[in-house]
Amino acid sequence: MLSQESRQQIDREIAKYPAEQKQSAVMAALAIVQMEQGWLSTEAIEAVADHLGMAPVAVYEVASFYNMYDLAPVGKYKITVCTNLPCALSGGVHAADYLKQKLGVGFNETTPDGRFTLKEGECMGACGDAPVMLVNNVRMCSFMQPEQIDSLLGECK
Amino acid sequence: MGTLGFILEAAEGERSWRLAEYVKRGGYDALKKIFSEKIPADQVVGELKKSSLRGRGGAGFPTGLKWSFMPRQFPGAKYVVCNSDEGEPGTFKDRDILRWNPHMVIEGMIIAGYAMGCQRGYNYIHGEIWDIYKRFEEALVEARAANLLGNNILGSDFSFELQAHHGYGAYICGEETALLESIEGKKGQPRFKPPFPASYGLYGKPTTINNTETFASVPYIINEGGDRFLELGKPNNGGTKLFSVSGHVNRPGNFEVPMGTPFKDLLEMAGGMRGGRKLKAVIPGGSSAPVLPADVIMECTLDYDSIAKAGSMLGSGAVIVMDETTCMVKALERLSYFYFEESCGQCTPCREGTGWLYRVVHRIEHGEGRPEDLDLLNSVTDNIMGRTICALGDAASMPVKSFIKHFGAEFEYHIQNKKCLVPEDVQRAGSGFFKVS
Repeated sequence: MLSQESRQQIDREIAKYPAEQKQSAVMAALAIVQMEQGWLSTEAIEAVADHLGMAPVAVYEVASFYNMYDLAPVGKYKITVCTNLPCALSGGVHAADYLKQKLGVGFNETTPDGRFTLKEGECMGACGDAPVMLVNNVRMCSFMQPEQIDSLLGECK
Repeated sequence: MGTLGFILEAAEGERSWRLAEYVKRGGYDALKKIFSEKIPADQVVGELKKSSLRGRGGAGFPTGLKWSFMPRQFPGAKYVVCNSDEGEPGTFKDRDILRWNPHMVIEGMIIAGYAMGCQRGYNYIHGEIWDIYKRFEEALVEARAANLLGNNILGSDFSFELQAHHGYGAYICGEETALLESIEGKKGQPRFKPPFPASYGLYGKPTTINNTETFASVPYIINEGGDRFLELGKPNNGGTKLFSVSGHVNRPGNFEVPMGTPFKDLLEMAGGMRGGRKLKAVIPGGSSAPVLPADVIMECTLDYDSIAKAGSMLGSGAVIVMDETTCMVKALERLSYFYFEESCGQCTPCREGTGWLYRVVHRIEHGEGRPEDLDLLNSVTDNIMGRTICALGDAASMPVKSFIKHFGAEFEYHIQNKKCLVPEDVQRAGSGFFKVS
């Protein structure tokens, strides 16, 4: 279930913590597996548990607590838009509305072609750059006016 | 800006985040000074106490005092933890510090480790800023290669290892004990205190947690002295401070100014009000701080004491500016949703109460408010505040209480007229997203 490369990356994370504290690497391990597989299936969670010597339910508890883990399949591009107050004052909600209209989906929905999933996000710590959105948890896009949103969508083939 | 910024402004220029550039501007001099002058740990803590540096994460607790709580002589493992889990709406300063000046944080953490007898440290970095996390990891690689981390740092008998831990989307992990639980590989639910982290912290060992900006302030204090740092600000409010300005201003961003700077000067630095519109309200210290009406904030200086006297908190220095296009009910509705969404669910008053707050504000905003709703909201906040393990319950309550206190008439208008005092098209124009045709 875990690729060789994922295992190596997880082992590098385990080495950051005291030898008897492998569990500390669980967040990173889940992020690594999600990055590779797109989402966290029950099998993936069990494989992480096995690799770290944890009970599967303890791994599931972590996976279901933190917002950036996906426990169901998402589109090829997951776009999370911050609509919290500081962003909303500078167009965060309007940017989300614009995306909904362009993609024809609401929050937590995926386009029929499986390309985009839209999510509503909480504060990303980038309020000065509003509107901000995060693509696949790793790419932060700042100052997303209609023109910038159009070109972002164009890039996501 | 012509300010005295030593954290961000000093780090302008190309590739400012690289070790070589940091060293060029005097980086790691403080650490070298400690080793070459054999400055004892107590003296480092003493210098911090003199500086009047107060925790930059929001609580404003005196850093020197916090460090003195650590049982230096405790024989086992001890930890230094940096809280870069910046998710308080309105706050975005730590991201810029780590982006432009990561080594200053690393140097501050090494000095902290030395002063408190810790052998290991972790920097917990907010989940959504992946590129910043990667950059910090690169800075760690540079520091290790230069023997600034690892065994016998720079030939001294002090050894210290530092790692980055990447969060994955949970506001509550900004609470220090939730953050420790999270590093331990669990869901981030705050611990009951006492015991405090200084006696029972990460993996049950003595631990000190400080904010990113707090650590970044340490090298300056060692190089220039605590007195000099204190002089940058005002008594009991030492130093300069980063203020994150967001919302209805022309130039949102971070501004590094001396503590005690008048609010109106900061507003000017941020380019003034967008579209020249009128200031309505400001949340001066991140979304958890009580909101202040325009006339009150315009008379404030930016320091812990002045803002507290005005009835709010300096918090993390996140200044959320709202102009006359803002519907205060809608603004509060969004904040209340945030706390409802982010409550960890551990304490009943918060888990249930934040849901009540959101649902009641939501129904007022959507024209379904009842005459008794404002009393109901106040009663719910009274039943949350002071009854939870951590401060999230209070953080959810303070916006509600203060919005009703200062803008109660707007809430009553909503309830009576089932619509907003500020017309929809005016609100829409306020965000600047849609070009005016």
